Amino acid sequence: MSNSTDIIRAGLKKRYAREKRFRFFGIVSLLISFAFLLVLLFTIVNKGWPAFQQTYVKLDVELSEDLLKVNKDSDEDALYSANYSKVVKKSLQKMFPGVKGRKQKRALKNIVSNSAAYDIRDKVIENPDLLGTTQSYWFLAKDDIDVFMKGKIDRHLPEDERRIKDYQFVWIDKLIEEDRLEKRFNTVLFSNGDSREPEQSGLKGAIMGSLYTMLVTLLLSFPIAVAAAAYLEEFAPQNNKWVDMIEININNLAAVPSIVFGLLGLAIYINYFGVPRSTPLIGGLVLTLMTLPTIIIASRAAIKSVPPSIKEAAVGLGASKVQVLFQHTLPLAMPGILTGTIIGMAQALGETAPLLMIGMVAFVAEVPNGILDPATVMPVQIYLWSDSPERAFTERTSAAIMVLLAFLVAMNLIAILLRKKFERRW
Amino acid sequence: MSDILNTVPGMPSADSLERSEVKPENHRSEFDVEINGTVGKPFVDNAKMSSRNCNVFYGDKQAIFDVDLDIGNNEILAMIGPSGCGKSTYLRVLNRMNDTIPICRVEGEHTLDGEDIYGKKTDPVLLRARVGMVFQKPNPFPKSIYDNVAYGARLHGLASNRSELDDLVEASLIKAGLFKEVKDDLQKPGTGLSGGQQQRLCIARAIAVDPEVILMDEPTSALDPIATATIEELMDELKSKYTIAIVTHSMQQAARVSQRTAYFHLGKLVEVNETDKVFTNPEHQLTENYITGRFG
Repeated sequence: MSNSTDIIRAGLKKRYAREKRFRFFGIVSLLISFAFLLVLLFTIVNKGWPAFQQTYVKLDVELSEDLLKVNKDSDEDALYSANYSKVVKKSLQKMFPGVKGRKQKRALKNIVSNSAAYDIRDKVIENPDLLGTTQSYWFLAKDDIDVFMKGKIDRHLPEDERRIKDYQFVWIDKLIEEDRLEKRFNTVLFSNGDSREPEQSGLKGAIMGSLYTMLVTLLLSFPIAVAAAAYLEEFAPQNNKWVDMIEININNLAAVPSIVFGLLGLAIYINYFGVPRSTPLIGGLVLTLMTLPTIIIASRAAIKSVPPSIKEAAVGLGASKVQVLFQHTLPLAMPGILTGTIIGMAQALGETAPLLMIGMVAFVAEVPNGILDPATVMPVQIYLWSDSPERAFTERTSAAIMVLLAFLVAMNLIAILLRKKFERRW
Repeated sequence: MSDILNTVPGMPSADSLERSEVKPENHRSEFDVEINGTVGKPFVDNAKMSSRNCNVFYGDKQAIFDVDLDIGNNEILAMIGPSGCGKSTYLRVLNRMNDTIPICRVEGEHTLDGEDIYGKKTDPVLLRARVGMVFQKPNPFPKSIYDNVAYGARLHGLASNRSELDDLVEASLIKAGLFKEVKDDLQKPGTGLSGGQQQRLCIARAIAVDPEVILMDEPTSALDPIATATIEELMDELKSKYTIAIVTHSMQQAARVSQRTAYFHLGKLVEVNETDKVFTNPEHQLTENYITGRFG
């Protein structure tokens, strides 16, 4: 046995120990990150899932022609402007007679959301024959009732420490007894825009705003970034100091804090070019600036990894540079380009800071219908809701985060599918 | 021509030659022979392509020094020499493939049928349609076999309708000796074929454009001896219609397929002669040292 064999054998134990240690650290760090992820998801889902349910109240409403001061033959304008909240109030008073005092009367009215009046109005306009009859309808319950129904208010606390007072519990108990309170799937969350009233606020405005903003971002950043990457990789002169400078700047742009892009958008797009603020258009323009470097860098890497033998084959057959680019290089680089694009888009989808600068943080109740309507986006909506004092907004904040996460997962899924579709072996 | 016995294992094949070609240090004395111009017969009467005073630079480094060479019509010219001697670079001069390398500069007169191929009026796209190329590593496009062969024809608009294109693809595959093997699988990916089939597919793809000259850059170095034999047979058939210039590391291959052989050394053209003469009675000491295996 030679001397070196002994030396190697002596060192083996140490080597294996080091390997074991390294593996142990790897597993530990994996477990830690997994635990953090679980905690995050658990808190969000736990807080957010009640928001997908909403409490409804059943009321028997007498659509009295006297009270509304309209009749079946009134024109639509009169029907539209009639005071329907009166009949709602009346039906509540009828159900709980003998309520005294301003405070209690207001509390009684606040069993149902003020959207009840609009619901009745829409039904009456749709069918004026309802006037003069008594109908029973399900209305959105006010947020406090909803929060209580979801078990978030402890009735054993001292009265001055809870939002719902003892006399309100009497009403609620009676409603429950008569099966007039019911939890249903919360369609409002997906069909309404933002609102000051938690029970009426929904994500549709933010979702549509995000979609329009992403559309603008995608349509602008994808072609510009791919063209820039293709030019830098395939056409730009090598070792030219201008090209080098552009490259360095693109790489640096990827690291610029996003709020700076917001300021840039404010200074240039809004102040100089007069692009309307708070719109998906300006949001998309600013997010394009932010996404461009990400997509350019990913696209360049993808274009660089296309085997030169394929390009050479095409050149050897007489293809021009542009033909080689469009017929071979880009199709083969497409999986990588798409991955970079989706990463950039996902980043843009979750971005808040630059949008604060360009007015997308405004309270927008209307659902935007195009890229020129005032809008807000999902992360900004989350920020706005998380800042609201009403208890019911906490669960809606978490629910909005869940919807945003679902969007991100869906985008990644699309990325994987597209990759699979475009991926070819060579 | 293509004697299969010469390529069976046990005989020195292209691979083993490649492996032994490095380390010229061991043979310093044989290697350091002075080169004073080209000996032999670099010029022919019926030249298809010709170069005069060809110098090629990569940046500041000169890769080819004053090469004068003719490639005769319908002949196979083999270019041999140790690695880095400039034979592949010279081959790429002939269809302006070096244009794609930004730091590469080509000097000298180069003609195809008497026309200057580096002239201002010459379009590299047209030139590459007339001077096709087959590369060292089979490089089919990641498309179907049919689309691979049809690529050049579609690019240049050589077929006006689908049935013409079908005929062209079939004819090219037949000429490349691949049709029988793939006729039922034309829509399968070209990358799924074996190495030898892929290389024949690349030849079919080059032929489909109907070039006048085919440049082959070590076309069999990645192939086994049997696939090599098939390609060599194919070259022999092709020479009746095309002019072929082939770069090879296998001296057996050069001896089998070519009519004339050019020996390159350190960027200089040392000797050009009839293949038989180069391998039996070389004029230059360096050529003799190389073919007898004293170095390289």
